Amino acid sequence: MRKITIDPFTRLEGHGRIDIFLNEKGEVANAYVRIPELRGFEKFCEGRPVEELPRITPRICGVCPGAHHMASSKAVDAVFHVDPPPAAKKLRELYYSAHMCHSHIAHFYALAAPDFVVGPTADPATRNIFGVIDKVGIEAGKEVIKNRAYAQNIQEVIGGKATHSVCGLPGGMSKAITEEERKGFEEKAHSLVEFSKFSTKIFHDMVLGNKEYVDLITGPIFTMRSYYMGMVDANNKVNFYDGDIRVVDAQGKEMARFKPAQYVEYIGEHTEPWSYLKFPFLKKVGWKGLVEGDDSGIYQVAPLARLNVADGMATPLAQEEYEKMYDTLGGKPVHATLAMHWARLIELQYAAERLLELCQDSEITDPNVRVIPTATPDEGVGVVEAPRGTLYHHYQTDKNGVVQKVNLIVATGNNYAAISLSMKKVAQAVIKAGQQVNEGLLNLIEMAYRAYDPCIACATHSLPGQMPLEVVIYNDKGDVVEKLSQHCSF
Amino acid sequence: MAKLKLAAYWSASCGGCDVAILDIAERVLDVIAIADIVFWPVATDFKYKDVEAMANKSIDVCLFNGAVRNSEQEHIAKLLRAKSKAMVAYGSCACFGGIPALGNFNCRAETFQRAYIEALTNVNTDHVFPQTLVKVPEGELELPEYWDTVLALNQVVALEYFLPGCPPPVELTNKVVDALASGQLPPVGTTIASDKSLCEECDRIKEDKKITRIYRPHEITPDPEHCLLEQGIICMGPATRGGCGQRCIKANMPCRGCFGPPPKVIDQGAKMLSALTSIYEADDEEAIARMLAEVVDPAGTFNRFVMSTSMLQRKRL
Repeated sequence: MRKITIDPFTRLEGHGRIDIFLNEKGEVANAYVRIPELRGFEKFCEGRPVEELPRITPRICGVCPGAHHMASSKAVDAVFHVDPPPAAKKLRELYYSAHMCHSHIAHFYALAAPDFVVGPTADPATRNIFGVIDKVGIEAGKEVIKNRAYAQNIQEVIGGKATHSVCGLPGGMSKAITEEERKGFEEKAHSLVEFSKFSTKIFHDMVLGNKEYVDLITGPIFTMRSYYMGMVDANNKVNFYDGDIRVVDAQGKEMARFKPAQYVEYIGEHTEPWSYLKFPFLKKVGWKGLVEGDDSGIYQVAPLARLNVADGMATPLAQEEYEKMYDTLGGKPVHATLAMHWARLIELQYAAERLLELCQDSEITDPNVRVIPTATPDEGVGVVEAPRGTLYHHYQTDKNGVVQKVNLIVATGNNYAAISLSMKKVAQAVIKAGQQVNEGLLNLIEMAYRAYDPCIACATHSLPGQMPLEVVIYNDKGDVVEKLSQHCSF
Repeated sequence: MAKLKLAAYWSASCGGCDVAILDIAERVLDVIAIADIVFWPVATDFKYKDVEAMANKSIDVCLFNGAVRNSEQEHIAKLLRAKSKAMVAYGSCACFGGIPALGNFNCRAETFQRAYIEALTNVNTDHVFPQTLVKVPEGELELPEYWDTVLALNQVVALEYFLPGCPPPVELTNKVVDALASGQLPPVGTTIASDKSLCEECDRIKEDKKITRIYRPHEITPDPEHCLLEQGIICMGPATRGGCGQRCIKANMPCRGCFGPPPKVIDQGAKMLSALTSIYEADDEEAIARMLAEVVDPAGTFNRFVMSTSMLQRKRL
């Protein structure tokens, strides 16, 4: 059997890797998406004081540390049975909205845009952020840098540091914000709302205005039907910080709605010996292997899944674009993997609008942002929607609040099975018997991957949010016949 | 002047150090004006084989972030060492092991047992563990081996500079940019940070007060103007190098020591223990016992970022 592996750096650690086996006819027999590293947070958090976990677990991922910080802060609230004051919750959500803005801006411009703005089969040397700036212009490039920096700055002011913030602790936040800080945030939020509109316009002009791209997005090879999971508020609108977890099937029908603390009843994790990453699945449907369809417990998370499970967006501009997306792509749910990029921009709009709302909330500068916990600590679950999907932190402690057990289901982990299936499907479509596999074809495989914005740092509890990839192709004798490197530009 | 050649690399890390480089924002454009980035997997498309093809010492400066926990990471650390004139341990993981080195309190078998068997959501009745070599119907698949012990970068290769922080602050990264632009690199062995302890730099009011009780951070709302340690909260300031900009302290949270020990201090944990015993009013055995009981997880707190380079280094295997 021929085998194809996608990996940029031979034998190099910590990178996603795809091994593709071909049969004697030269068609794809099977494909394995593998994650070669584990970091063991679940073990080494044991013995630590639980209130320290919001400062330890963000080191799972320096690209979305804010998500871990928030999930962990909520989990330690639950461990101590304490409900933070309203201003603390709002301040956390404000912080977190800024975090989502930073992450979605970085992903769209540095990771996704090179494919669409520069072109999926363009010269790899130009298929990067610098190529994007070339196309959109240096002024627009500066806007990207400026607005991402604004989002980082808001997190830094609240959390001490933008990356690995320290503000969340059991019962609330370490400090309130001043009126002067609020004013600064409000200005930045206005800019981010406008910048989100501008980003959506770029997507309309450069992607949706190009028939070739639209055909690619809506075509069968980038379609992946599965269950979807995401967090919704009381009105079933997308919410990143708090709410119930809702699961819909491939027809869009609700199959579950549960509280964060009930997640163990709904989610199981399957282990394969060829990857360090586990495959989460819906327990009520069961693990049926890496197969598509209603009988398979595989589900998707992240922007498109969140929009598919929700009834809409809670802010006007985002809602308008939400309706536009479903009208254009033929109603809910949308199964087009590449529509993930559109969904991400809709979420960017929502995050910016929500950020502005919170900056203008009369309670946001209330100095009362802490409740000192008094109950005996025992166990708690904290869930948020990370930029890349639903994130679960679950801690159990002794009566002194020392960690006994930790369970983590991270955003990208949820999508592992779906990513594997998507990539296999694209590989089957692009690798044909007797046909040379070139760089452009490989980039199509990688685009499926990139759409999910897989964060392997998170997933292995190891690497940043962009993925260098190695494709190794094996023939039917098991010999390596081709080894192609591919790098997802930041 | 010929353009400088720069490289950056991540190893066992979270990606936060790469984000920290991006956080110098528009100064990235200054860097590109004076230097070619010849290898930075996060942002550029150059390959591993390109590095192998380079002449020895052809990279002027390499910023290496992340700890080292397997043979592949060791291999690339050694390769980049050979190709670079100056190598910087960038960030706390490369400098001291960082948070991943808390794994040195356990071993591989324990970590696997937890991750693949015990975790509540596992459905793994056949007790499947990841294997370094697996036969699948179509052929064989390999995985790299997971080490028991996490190492800091200078435990694998010799280094010219250290830039600590989790993540390194923008101001210190900019110092590197300034040094590159001026061509004035600091003496070999320099830690690009302050030569004082964080305590000496701290803006909070100190009154040389003794304490009689230790509070955990969630048990008390500390006054934002006064020394956290004198309010009974364990703050690693006395045992930690300064230069961070007091980032955590300004957020009204105690230091956890990500800058490692100050100059001339060999062991950060021992230094902190000494600082704590001198501020805690404990004249009899009962008070000493009380103090010890109040410090939950001393090893993991006093060595939060430095397990690899601490005197403890790891739990005995």
